[in-house]
Amino acid sequence: MMISANLNTYLIIAAVLLVIGIYGMMQHRSLIGMLISSEFILNGAALNFMAFNKFVAPNPAVGQIFALFIMGIAAAEAAIVVSIIIAVYRKYQSEDPEDLQDMKM
Amino acid sequence: MIVYKYLAEVLFYALVCLTFAGGFMAVRSKMLMHAVLGLAATLFGVAGLYFHLGSPFLAMMQILIYVGAVCIIIVLGVMLGNTPDQLAAKKLTGRNLPLALLACATGFIALFVATISRTEFTAATEKVGDMSIEFVGESLLLQYCLAFELISVILLTAIIGAIILARGGREEKTS
Repeated sequence: MMISANLNTYLIIAAVLLVIGIYGMMQHRSLIGMLISSEFILNGAALNFMAFNKFVAPNPAVGQIFALFIMGIAAAEAAIVVSIIIAVYRKYQSEDPEDLQDMKM
Repeated sequence: MIVYKYLAEVLFYALVCLTFAGGFMAVRSKMLMHAVLGLAATLFGVAGLYFHLGSPFLAMMQILIYVGAVCIIIVLGVMLGNTPDQLAAKKLTGRNLPLALLACATGFIALFVATISRTEFTAATEKVGDMSIEFVGESLLLQYCLAFELISVILLTAIIGAIILARGGREEKTS
């Protein structure tokens, strides 16, 4: 049996992407690094949706549409987070998350 | 014809290797720009996996939106934010490293066991459509019209919010 035509393969790849994202979130000590790691988690989720769409779901458009929505949300999230990082850098002159003690800008 | 099947299988392994190598690079690199490069490699690999899952449209969208837009935004953030090198190169040390590895391994093994042994997914007996762009576009504009409009509102809000947040402190300096 071909390994690329198996649902479990894709689920395990998505799980590895999720774990890479979580580890990167702990590992990186800068806000941009955390943003990069969060993209891995979102990609794992989208890959899960596409795998179930191909092998299980009765309607093959749903998974594709959901993955498209995840991409749209990720683009909006990246734009917002980068502008927040720029604002934080302007206010605190630092990008260390441990320096960000208060929420007030 | 069987040759193409094995060629696709080899390509699948290459894409999985590209995905994981990009993730490793993004997590372990000392420079943020290398981390963004690793993220782009991973996104290309996932786009190839979408191709394997029968949706070339989504693979193109992944390259267009993620590699073309999100990665460029993050590169701009790296350049404008000016993260100091020692902060970007900071690693987990001492007790934190084994704890982080343990947490990740526990989560992965839980998901792995649940995937391999416990769950039995049964394929749907009949499909209502196909994987074509026509069917996706039709469902997007008929069945999922509300979500489609809502995501455009979210994108508009994100654009306006990004502009307001990024120019916030600038007026105080000039006045």
